[in-house]
Amino acid sequence: MKILVAVKRVVDYNVKVRVKADGTGVDTANVKMSMNPFDEIAVEEAVRLREKGAAGEVVAVSCGVTQCQETLRTAMAIGADRGILVETGEELQPLAVAKLLKALVEQEKPDLVILGKQAIDDDCNQTGQMLAALLGRPQGTFASKVEVEEGRVRVTREVDGGLETVSLATPAIVTTDLRLNEPRYVTLPNIMKAKKKPLVVVKPGELGVDVAPRLQTLSVREPSGRKAGIKVPDVASLVDKLKNEVKVI
Amino acid sequence: MTILVIAEHDHGALKGATLNVVTAAIDIARLAGGEVHVLVAGHNANGAATDAAALQGVAKVLHADAPQLAEQLGENIAAQVMAVAMDYTHLLFPATAHGKNVAPRVAALLDVAQISDATRVIAADTFERPVYAGNAIATVRSADPIKVVTVRTTGFDAAGRGGSAVVAPIAAVADSGLSSFVGAEIVKLDRPELTAAKIIVSGGRGLGSAEKFAEVLTPLADALGAALGASRAAVDAGYAPNDWQVGQTGKIVAPQLYVACGISGAIQHLAGMKDSKVIVAINKDPEAPIFQVADYGLEADLFEAVPELVRSL
Repeated sequence: MKILVAVKRVVDYNVKVRVKADGTGVDTANVKMSMNPFDEIAVEEAVRLREKGAAGEVVAVSCGVTQCQETLRTAMAIGADRGILVETGEELQPLAVAKLLKALVEQEKPDLVILGKQAIDDDCNQTGQMLAALLGRPQGTFASKVEVEEGRVRVTREVDGGLETVSLATPAIVTTDLRLNEPRYVTLPNIMKAKKKPLVVVKPGELGVDVAPRLQTLSVREPSGRKAGIKVPDVASLVDKLKNEVKVI
Repeated sequence: MTILVIAEHDHGALKGATLNVVTAAIDIARLAGGEVHVLVAGHNANGAATDAAALQGVAKVLHADAPQLAEQLGENIAAQVMAVAMDYTHLLFPATAHGKNVAPRVAALLDVAQISDATRVIAADTFERPVYAGNAIATVRSADPIKVVTVRTTGFDAAGRGGSAVVAPIAAVADSGLSSFVGAEIVKLDRPELTAAKIIVSGGRGLGSAEKFAEVLTPLADALGAALGASRAAVDAGYAPNDWQVGQTGKIVAPQLYVACGISGAIQHLAGMKDSKVIVAINKDPEAPIFQVADYGLEADLFEAVPELVRSL
């Protein structure tokens, strides 16, 4: 089986982002970027399925600026066989990415597409579901376990209250949750090898996709901060404050 | 404007999150005029439909009943929503695992963008939503003819009861045949649900083990009538089940009182609880970032402080 994995270049999860003073967005200049953590889990899962013999080729895809090539190289250092970059300087929203991925799925014809459940920059949690809808295929979102069976994929999903298992006809779309696996560290030899793997660059126009944003961001502001609290010396004064000052217990 | 709320329910009754979404729908109706309808799709879900009809501000309940809707599979529920979507200007879902699963599927089928985790209604087409783990708040406007929105439940109060809407049966869609339900492992809870709890006692890596987590925090949760939560570190270490996780990628909560025990306060955790009314942090590390958001910080060993706290309640 062939697996397509979608990866996104985002502001590194350790970076404390700053809202721009003019309220147009978040300052991303000179900020450390890396692969969206959920997408690392997606690549790792695809590579593990190949290592188990359940998958043949693993293709990594990213959409965005030229620098996304670095993200694809990371995916190839984890073990993806080749990369495709849909290069554009335009702002890409989930619906546009889903349409780009749909076009690539129709070209590549994978049996399984794995994405992260959400990107940690826009926190949307939409692209996988949208791709499944556009392709008219089933979706296994928030996966914590993926098992390949004959013509189907069995996915255990993290839902509110516990776990749920569904069986999906392939081709299927799966989005990863945190507990699906622990991505491996990329080693220097694998980084070197990844540089030699094929990476193709295409434009949205070549795929026949209009990527114009549908949502307009009017402004971005800092969240209202919390008032500085106090430290209490002992349990007795904590209980006193909770009972008599804020009256929450 | 007619606004449709897609109910999340357990067939017998609505889940709490649906009540908050109805309030968001009423906010839109108040700004732009129009009615609020609720869709209950399920099997033998008369209880949930009756429950929805009793909500204040709801004008009509659409009820689709069929066995293929019983397991709430995303493919079937999205198709059911599509069957009525054209009659509406807004489709609102709770930003829960269920709503997040279905809403983007519907949006893509309608070829419209989706707004995730709306925390405030500014206008009928404009919403506020947090981005970057809640470190920035974006105001976004949709020009699409149908607005598909998931609503962050902690941003809105629960709708009250006392209404009397009509329940209108609608035809159920056929099974998609794309997916099937295999089974579920639902954790039994004998305490309040995390997202609806007034008080939450939450533990982190500082607890050290699953045994200590239960032994130290359960009495405090019992004494306060609180729900139990956990940081990702505690969940990953196996101290607590993963549906207890509070944070950017877990549950977003906003209780009256949040007691963080042995939690350092990573930004991903803060994103899930910083809208709590009162935050108490118990941590022995004076530099822990949790103290920057805590209203009351107690710098102490939690293994001594928490039992003492239980005794003094």
